[in-house]
Amino acid sequence: MSEELTVEQVADAMFKMVKDAMGQKKLKPMDLQKAMIEYYGADKCDKKMCKAAIKSLIDSERCVYTYFGGSFIEIPHREGAAND
Amino acid sequence: MADGQTNGKTPKLDKLDKGPWPSFVKEIKRAAEKNPMSKDLLGQLELSYEDKIGHWKHGGIVGVLGYGGGVIGRYSDVPEKFPNVAHFHTIRVNMPAGWFYTSDALRTLCDIWEKHGSGLTNMHGSTGDIVFLGTRTEQLEPIFSELTKEGFDLGGSGSDVRTPSACVGPARCEWACYDTLKLCYDLTMEYQDELHRPAFPYKFKFKCSGCPNDCVASVARSDMSIIGTWKDDIQVDQAAVKEYEDKGLNIQRDVCGNCPSKCMDWDGKTLEIDNRLCVRCMHCINAMPKALRPGKERGACLLLGSKAPIVEGAQLSSVLVPFMKMEPPYQELKDLCEKIWDLWCEEGKARERVGEFIQRVGLGNFLEAIEVEPSPYMIAHPRDNPYIFYEDYFEEGDEEDEDEDGDE
Repeated sequence: MSEELTVEQVADAMFKMVKDAMGQKKLKPMDLQKAMIEYYGADKCDKKMCKAAIKSLIDSERCVYTYFGGSFIEIPHREGAAND
Repeated sequence: MADGQTNGKTPKLDKLDKGPWPSFVKEIKRAAEKNPMSKDLLGQLELSYEDKIGHWKHGGIVGVLGYGGGVIGRYSDVPEKFPNVAHFHTIRVNMPAGWFYTSDALRTLCDIWEKHGSGLTNMHGSTGDIVFLGTRTEQLEPIFSELTKEGFDLGGSGSDVRTPSACVGPARCEWACYDTLKLCYDLTMEYQDELHRPAFPYKFKFKCSGCPNDCVASVARSDMSIIGTWKDDIQVDQAAVKEYEDKGLNIQRDVCGNCPSKCMDWDGKTLEIDNRLCVRCMHCINAMPKALRPGKERGACLLLGSKAPIVEGAQLSSVLVPFMKMEPPYQELKDLCEKIWDLWCEEGKARERVGEFIQRVGLGNFLEAIEVEPSPYMIAHPRDNPYIFYEDYFEEGDEEDEDEDGDE
């Protein structure tokens, strides 16, 4: 019997994806969701699990929502426009 | 120096402060008497008028923990001249349905805002939210904490469900065909996750209007416009109609003559209405409110797709469901919304509103994907939507028969 996939495993995979894309491409929550379902398979990973994983990433402050014409998920960083 | 290079002088703004009319300059000047942010705001605005350019930068990261919306980042691009508006973030606060407040609630909001921000507000923003204008990044969490302690929450911003809004509905209006306030509150509570955690290709707005007068302009300003309507006949009190005539109203000219579908006629004694032709425009009811009322079988018409111009031009919503009962728990409406979101999230492009998405994929394909049957109510004029074919009406060989007959 195969091991059950956990929300934290999906969150870790999403985090890696966001980190790898940092500076090259901004990822939307839907990009992460589609990638996870494709990677793990729809029988193991569904939309609900992806939503929970994103919530976990944001609530733990590993990632933040950002807005640049649309909403994205990114690694926390100092924004270019900010004044100290 | 706090007010930078303008030295406290604002000759251009002062011109907007003249005359008997309300002026935003007057209000900012009042706030500036006790708030340095407002004082620098005046200075920066004067400079903008001098330079003929806006001096704001858009922030994209600021917010409160766990939320992806509700805060819109703003920074000055001349912070050395106006340090008190170096950060000037906007906060959207979810308003109560129908914008009903006690004076105590308003005082509470203002006290929080004067303590942590500029003291300037928009009541209300175009989404309907209470808008707090101008605060610093380090004040965001304390503001959020105080707001939630008092029972308020942040509204939507970014690619999420925007704060649902509603007209005053049955609380103040006799024309409400459903309880707009209850639906607005229900949608707000049901879609908390979608409101605070942006996951859509772009924004999605709900606006609830109780009748076709559409006081919240939902047909022009919301992706999903939920507009009250009725299914049966307009209720008519013929004696009251006659009273309107006796008091000088020219019913044939001003009521029947302005009916867009010409569905009514007045012979001096009886107002005849052909309800099959009525398009529920409310004109006659507005003209003779004591004599006419909406029918008794009430609900709402769902329209989809309006938006202001950004990626493409402005659009009005168009009919998706001609009539739906609007009663808790609103499951039919919610099931439909979720089907629309699933499809739009799966296939929509970044920054593509649902109305633009429908135009791109075609109404026929969209309806098929969300499992809604096409209806003549979805078109304004015959042959407007030639891409919808009613296959049920065609059988094999029909086309050949038509050709042979040379007609149809």
